[in-house]
Amino acid sequence: MTETELLTWARGPGFQIASIIFALGIMLRLGEILMLGRKANLAEAKGSAMSSGLRTVFSRTVPDAATFKRSAFTVTAGYIFHIGLFVVIFLFAPHILFFKDLLHVSWPALPSPVIDATSVITIITLVIVLVHRLRDPVKRFLSNYDDYLGWFVTILPLITGYIAFHRVGMTAPSLIAIHLLSVQLLMVVFPFTKLMHAFTIFLARWYNGAISGYRGVQS
Amino acid sequence: MSASFEKGYNALKEQVDASVASFFSSCVHCGMCSEACLFFTETGAPERTPINKTEPLRRVWRQEYTLLGRLGKIFGFGKKVTDDMLAEWETLIYDSCTLCGRCSMVCPVGNDITDMIRKTREGMAASGHAPPGLIGATKRAVTIGSPMGVKLPALQAQIAHVENDTGMTIPVDVEGADYMLLLSSMEIMNFPEFIEAVAKIFKHAGVSWTISSDAFEATNSGIQIGSSDIAAELVQRIVDAAAKLKVKNVISPECGHAYMAIRWEGPNLIGKSYDFKVVHILELLDDLRKKDRLRVKGRLKDRLTYHDPCQISRRGGVIDEPRNLIGMFADNFVEMPDPGKMNWCCGAGGGVSSNERADEIRLRVFQRKKDQLDAIHVDGMISACSNCRIHLEDGLEEYHMELPVLSLTETLAENLDES
Repeated sequence: MTETELLTWARGPGFQIASIIFALGIMLRLGEILMLGRKANLAEAKGSAMSSGLRTVFSRTVPDAATFKRSAFTVTAGYIFHIGLFVVIFLFAPHILFFKDLLHVSWPALPSPVIDATSVITIITLVIVLVHRLRDPVKRFLSNYDDYLGWFVTILPLITGYIAFHRVGMTAPSLIAIHLLSVQLLMVVFPFTKLMHAFTIFLARWYNGAISGYRGVQS
Repeated sequence: MSASFEKGYNALKEQVDASVASFFSSCVHCGMCSEACLFFTETGAPERTPINKTEPLRRVWRQEYTLLGRLGKIFGFGKKVTDDMLAEWETLIYDSCTLCGRCSMVCPVGNDITDMIRKTREGMAASGHAPPGLIGATKRAVTIGSPMGVKLPALQAQIAHVENDTGMTIPVDVEGADYMLLLSSMEIMNFPEFIEAVAKIFKHAGVSWTISSDAFEATNSGIQIGSSDIAAELVQRIVDAAAKLKVKNVISPECGHAYMAIRWEGPNLIGKSYDFKVVHILELLDDLRKKDRLRVKGRLKDRLTYHDPCQISRRGGVIDEPRNLIGMFADNFVEMPDPGKMNWCCGAGGGVSSNERADEIRLRVFQRKKDQLDAIHVDGMISACSNCRIHLEDGLEEYHMELPVLSLTETLAENLDES
């Protein structure tokens, strides 16, 4: 297979296969959860489950001051790499063109040097996060293959993208093909690892807020 | 109750619903819940991280309710729940967790970890892996009607004492009363002043009330050990007594988990809504305050604080009411660091106080409460849970701290203007 053929495959069939697994996987996982259902609460409500649930979906993004103080590294590093991933994935001009092709909607991009710097910061943060996971007694104790696999498939597209952008080592088609394949690996693995939290977090936060809000407490 | 691993496994399976599945699907192993749990902060033991206490339930969820987990089960991959595993987790789930709910407030993905641990206890109890102390309390609750073995004659004797001391009549089995008061065994045996205080306040405010001789026990060991069947039976006794006396309201006393049991879990345990309302004693007192039916004499100058019982505030929703009431008689009220819904547990709720095996750790983790108290230098600590109160007194003694622990209802009663 030539590098052009590889790129064509990655852009075409490769991307289609990954997209199908990604979409079906997410639907399967969400279906597995929602089909379990939840019994109606028969106790008389003291507050609104719905409004509290919706509020918690957003409010849980920001910890209270004391919690932040106790978990400052986890929260700060978490913010940096999540925002970094968002910026790099959604605000890089070539990515926006890709989404425009796919979804027929477009939005403004950030200048490439900003994306470049964000990528570096995000990669460095993810490396620090991994080191912390390996060193922190609680995180190390809790971690399993899912945590390391999730980390690996997340940092890989960042690194391959960074290398492709700077044209290091290989020709452009090969570098872009490798970058696309790394993204496809992420997409295929995504629904079956903890990366799924990107979707289920909304359910979890809603349930938490609803359970608490029903009793009259904003969680 | 006959227990077996199969029963435990099935009980865990029954606990998995959409909320549990979305919680497990969302956990990113960030470990932030550890910093919210006094059993971790005061011991530094990673295995005491709250989310780890749900591991038996997580394994059941994964193997029974996810495609990959089911495939793993067929082909022999993935971690299984075994009887040995449950035995290993027993002390984490019962001795190192008071179901205080603090972890559920800080989890960044929104997992209600406390609810998950509560559900995990269903499997633990059904498989026979519950602490002997809690099993004993639960058996006494079912057979005698009280986890401490308090029978009706004991209550009658305490009522007689109060009546002799005060000249008031304590209404028992009065049909058609507005309110039926429940009591915890601890109140009956250790703090009968509570009965006197309630009688005094209700007389002052003109509240129509009664105690039922059929069902006076408010506590519910079933929800602490994690046995919904037993919990439902204990709730049903109260429901039947309320129907017999045709009362409109049932009062949950100064006991944290009793409120959780009768107010929030009760209707769901018995599978139907009540024909009466459940109010916590503090909710009723605050309502009387709002209606101007409580008058106090003078104001206390002492520097006072309030310890929020977890099941009443964070898990129960009664947060403003105690502060409104304390505001009636205290000039120098001061909050602890992390007050209200973020308060730190005393360390003995959720069945820990019935579990002698946990005596050492519950006193060790009291250091957290000590740190909170050391930050504010108060003359007295008010609370509204007799279980908290006993343990707070224990903890203060252990740490050589001299500080009166007061019941809010009793303190209010003492400060009523009876002129």
